[in-house]
Amino acid sequence: MEEIEKQSKLRKMSGGNRLDSRLTLTYFAIAFVTLLIGGLLGLLQGLNRAGLLELPTNFNYYQVLTAHGILLVLVFSVLFVIAYFYSILSHTMDGLFPIVRKMGWISLVTMLIGVVFVITTVVMGTASVMYTFYPPMKASPWFYVGLFIVVAGIWIAAFGGFIQIAKWRKRNRGQHIPLLAFFAMGVFTLLFFGSLGVTAEVLMLIPWAFGWTETINVMLSRTLFWSFGHTFVNIWYLTAVSLWYVVVPKVIGGRLFSDTLTRVVVILLVVSNIPGGFHHQIVDPGMSEGIKLTHALMSMVIGFPSLMTAFAMFFVFARVGKKKGAKGVFGWITKMPWGDVRFLAPMIAMIFFIPGGAGGIAQNANQLNQVVHNTLWVVGHFHITVGVTAVLTFFGAMYWLIPYLSKRTLTPAMNKLGVIQTLIWTLGMVFMAGGMHTVGLLGAPRRTSYTTYGDSATAASWDPYLLLLAVGGTLLTIGLVLIVYIVFNLMFLAPKGNTEFPIAQGEDNASETPKWTERWSVWIMIMLFIVAFGYVFPLVDMIRNAPPGSAPFITW
Amino acid sequence: MKMHRYEKIWLFLAASMLVIAVVYSGVQTFALGQGPPSGVGMIDPEKVEETAPFDNPGISKIGENEYEVVMILRAFSFEPNEIEIPAGATVHFKMTSVDVMHGFQVIGTNLNAMIMPGHIQEAKQKFKKPGEYLVICNEYCGIGHQLMSMKIIVK
Repeated sequence: MEEIEKQSKLRKMSGGNRLDSRLTLTYFAIAFVTLLIGGLLGLLQGLNRAGLLELPTNFNYYQVLTAHGILLVLVFSVLFVIAYFYSILSHTMDGLFPIVRKMGWISLVTMLIGVVFVITTVVMGTASVMYTFYPPMKASPWFYVGLFIVVAGIWIAAFGGFIQIAKWRKRNRGQHIPLLAFFAMGVFTLLFFGSLGVTAEVLMLIPWAFGWTETINVMLSRTLFWSFGHTFVNIWYLTAVSLWYVVVPKVIGGRLFSDTLTRVVVILLVVSNIPGGFHHQIVDPGMSEGIKLTHALMSMVIGFPSLMTAFAMFFVFARVGKKKGAKGVFGWITKMPWGDVRFLAPMIAMIFFIPGGAGGIAQNANQLNQVVHNTLWVVGHFHITVGVTAVLTFFGAMYWLIPYLSKRTLTPAMNKLGVIQTLIWTLGMVFMAGGMHTVGLLGAPRRTSYTTYGDSATAASWDPYLLLLAVGGTLLTIGLVLIVYIVFNLMFLAPKGNTEFPIAQGEDNASETPKWTERWSVWIMIMLFIVAFGYVFPLVDMIRNAPPGSAPFITW
Repeated sequence: MKMHRYEKIWLFLAASMLVIAVVYSGVQTFALGQGPPSGVGMIDPEKVEETAPFDNPGISKIGENEYEVVMILRAFSFEPNEIEIPAGATVHFKMTSVDVMHGFQVIGTNLNAMIMPGHIQEAKQKFKKPGEYLVICNEYCGIGHQLMSMKIIVK
C-alpha cells in the first residue's frame, strides 16, 4: 500500500506517466494536424461562398466540403476527446493499466487506417457525399468500409476506458470514481451506444455499395445516421462541460459547484441524449406530426441539464468574486483572471453557448425549424456550438494539458499569444457565424457552392452577407495557424518544468456525494429504455411500412 | 441532494420555458394546422413517371383560388420549373424524387421540406403577396446542386 502511494506521488511529481503521455501526446499531435488541414479546407469554402474563389473541377466545392466535415467533425474531435479523457484517466487514477494503454494505441492505429480509406476515396472524387452520406447517393464502397473501421477504433478506445474504470473500482472499493473520470464514463458510454445505429447503417450500405444487394431503405438509413450524429455533438459538448465544472473553478481560485449535482448533470446528459437525432428530421416525409412533436419534447429535455450548468457556472463565478471582495450582482466580472488564457478561452466558449443553446432550442420547435432547415443558419449554429463552445474549450485545455504531458511550462509570452489566438478566433466566428445566421434567415442554403440561381435578385441580396463568411474564415485561419503553432511549441519547444493539472476541490462544508450516483448499470438501463421509447416505434414502422428501396446513384 | 433556493427557481423557470415551447409547437401543429410537412404517402421511386398523379406533373385548379401542384424532383431540376398563380391562392404541393434526396424551399416563405425517393411529401402554402418567388433545392444532391431552382410567379 505504501509502495503504491509512493509511486503515485512520484508520478504526480514527474508530470504523469511517461508511457501514457506518449500515447496521448501522439493523439493530440495528429488531432491538431487534422485540424489544420480541415480548417484550411474551410477557408476555401468560405472564399467560394463569397464568390471570390472558383475551385477546380478535380478538387471541387463538394469534395472540399466532404473532407472538411469528416476531418473536423469525425477525426479531429474523436481524437481530441479520446486523448483528453485518457489523459484524465491516467492522471486521476495513477496511470493507465497496461492493457488500457495498449488498447489506446490499437484504437489510434485502427482509426487512422479507416481515415486513410475514407480520405483517399474523397480525394479521388469517388465519395463526394458529405459526412452525412445519405443514400441513395452512393460513394465508393471503400468509403463505407473506412467508416466502419473508424467506428471499430472508437469502440476499442471506449472499451479501454470501461476497463480502466472497472479495474480502478475493483482496487478502490467503496470510493467514488474521480469526478473527471465520471465524465469520461459518460462520454465513453455515449461513444459506444451512440455509434451503434450508424454502424448498423454502414453495414447495410457496404453490401449495397458493392452491388451485392440491390436497394437500400433511404428513410431508415437517414434515421440511423442521426441517432449517431446528434449524440456525437453532445459528446464534444459533454467534454467541454467537464472542463467548465472541474478545471475552470480551480483556475479562478474557487471550488467545485457541487460534486453531486455535477454527476447528476452527466447522468442526465447521457440518458437523454440519443433520441435527440430526430430533430434533424422535422421536415421529413414519412413521419407523422405526432411523432415529430413527441420528439420535440424528447430533444428539449436535453436542454435541461445545460440550464443546470448555466446556473452552476455563474454561481461559482459569483462565489469566487464575493470571496475576492466583489460587490453586487455583476461585481465578479472584475475579479476574474481575464488575462489567463486557461480561463479566457473556456469563458468565451461558455458565453457563446448562451446564443448557441438558445438557437438550438428555437430550432427544435417544429415550426421554427421549418424556417431554417438546411439553410446557412444551421451552419452558423453549429459553428458557434461546436466551433466555439466545444472547440475553444478544447483549445483552453491545451495551455495546461500539453505542458503537463510534455513536462514543460506555459510562459507568460505564450499565454499572451494564447489570449490573442482566442480573441482572433472569437472575432472570426462572430463574423462568419453571424453572417451565416443572418443570411440563413433570408433563405441562403447550406452545402451549396457559389451560385446566382440564374441571376435571381433574391440570391443577389445574399451576397453582402456571404462576404462575411470570407472575412470570418480568413480570421479563423489566422487563429488556426496560431493554435497549431502553440500546441506544437508546448509539446516540443517550451521551457522544461512541471505544470499543474488543475482540478478543483469541493467546498469544505460540501455534503457527501450519495452512493447511487455510481450505479452506471442503472443509468445505462434507463438510457436504453429512453432510446427504445424514442426509436422502437418509428424504426419498426420504417422497416415494416417501407416504400420500395432505392438503387444507388452517383450524381457528382 | 441539496439545492440552492435560487437554483430551484431557475430550474423551474427553465423547465417551464422548455415545456411552453413544446406545447406551443403542439398548438401550432394540431390547432392551427401549421404542422411541419409530413406527407406519409409512398411510391416506387423507379416507377414515379408512370404512377398517378406523377404521370402528369404540373398545376391544376382544385377549388376557389386553390391549386394543386404535382412536382417531380430530380438531379438537378424541378418539374414543372415554373408555375403561375393569382395572389391570395393556396397551393397544395405533392412532391417526390426519382433519384437522391432533395430539398424544397420557397425563399421568402416558411415553406421548407425534405423530398425523399419512395416518399410523397405534402405541403401547403398561401401566397398573399404578388411577386416572383425563388424556389431552391436545399439538400445537397450532386455536382449541379447549386443550379437546381425554379420559380413561382404570383400575379
